[in-house]
Amino acid sequence: MIEAQLGRCVASWYPGATGVTGAARLSGGASQETWKFDIVHPDGDVGAILRRSPPGYAASPSPSRGVDLDGEAVLMQLAHDAGLPSPRVMHVLTPADELGRGFIMMRVEGETIARKILRDDEFAKARPLLARQIGRIAAGIHGLPHARLPDLRTNTTTAEIADLTRDYQKSNWPRPVFELALRWLADHDPGPSHEVTLVHGDFRHGNLIIGPDGVRAVLDWELAHFGDPMEDLGWICVNSWRFGEIDKPVGGFGTREDLFAGYEEAGGKADPDRVMFWEVMGTLRWGVMCGRMMQRFRNAPDHPMEQAMIGRRSSETEIDLLRLLAPRGK
Amino acid sequence: MQDEPTPSELIKAVADFLRNEITPVIKGHNAFKLRVGINALDLVTRQLTLEQGSDAAETARLKQLLGSDGPLIELNRALSEKIAKGEVDLQTPGLKEHLWQTTMDKLAVDQPNYGSYKRELGTK
Repeated sequence: MIEAQLGRCVASWYPGATGVTGAARLSGGASQETWKFDIVHPDGDVGAILRRSPPGYAASPSPSRGVDLDGEAVLMQLAHDAGLPSPRVMHVLTPADELGRGFIMMRVEGETIARKILRDDEFAKARPLLARQIGRIAAGIHGLPHARLPDLRTNTTTAEIADLTRDYQKSNWPRPVFELALRWLADHDPGPSHEVTLVHGDFRHGNLIIGPDGVRAVLDWELAHFGDPMEDLGWICVNSWRFGEIDKPVGGFGTREDLFAGYEEAGGKADPDRVMFWEVMGTLRWGVMCGRMMQRFRNAPDHPMEQAMIGRRSSETEIDLLRLLAPRGK
Repeated sequence: MQDEPTPSELIKAVADFLRNEITPVIKGHNAFKLRVGINALDLVTRQLTLEQGSDAAETARLKQLLGSDGPLIELNRALSEKIAKGEVDLQTPGLKEHLWQTTMDKLAVDQPNYGSYKRELGTK
């Protein structure tokens, strides 16, 4: 059924398209779906992706923090126009499409699964180059022109600490290591950043499509906001995204030095102390999120065991916080 | 008194059956869920084996640190509160060692293959 709807939609803006084929649901919950499909065209089929909230659902998944799909489309298109690796947005859904809210973009082929990117031979040549390249991309994102950006929330270190404290307390489960981290964050809060830019907000494995030639696309702008650009650099250094390659702080493939070098090549100015602060914050953030998964597991009618097991991963962030804040032998 | 076999023996037997006999014949998303399920059973086996000893040691350390007694969760609440208020910190004798030992004992159950844990086991 969705192929017929998509076919009608595509025919209305893609000259020569005769329909769509191979529609398959990729991921997402009830309120937000991702579909892949091919646009059938006499000059050759074109791979595409639909991101949508189906009819009857609001376009924003989590109103307090999230960017809605219209905002995501604008950000992706701006990134694309700026020459950053970002899929071209082909069409923003209209009511006449009867497909709900969302957009259709070009499909970028490549890998998002960290373990493959870090271990498979086909990425061996790309791995040593990724940290620097990601630094350049981050600088590009942070340099996107304010005036053309959609309406986004603003985040600061102080607000983020308060937010994390609240989320942690909601779990009502005592974690002395998290308390230690919250205390450390409050004591070391660097205050407002003199530079406030667009921040991607979830810049890490899973949201980067990578090929043998390097990064091909940055995805998932749902958590984008205005704030301290060092937040993105800190988040990608969190140990939870190193997948066992713990001596390579940037995504398990590179060094902070390479990340910062790339960032500065593309006109950014890295502040290693603020990056380290955000790495601690990000480590705690992921730990608190794991705890929230546990709550969701308890509340969901089908008690999904994947979420239960993610709940048991909070302790991974506890050991990482101790390694950062209270290293042994010192 | 309940009879043998023990819960951990039963769970291990089920996990081994799923791992060795069922995994090879399951495909797709259910293969992923099966792996998660087996991991959960393995975690429970580790907890049944290790929990008593580590909880007893943690309780003893917390009594010493706090100078008070109570159920383990209440002792942890009390320690959390003291850290939040700044009444104890990393300069407090025994706190750092306590947090490290408690965290290592958690990882031994939750995720003994986690990179940071394996590294710290080797550099004690």
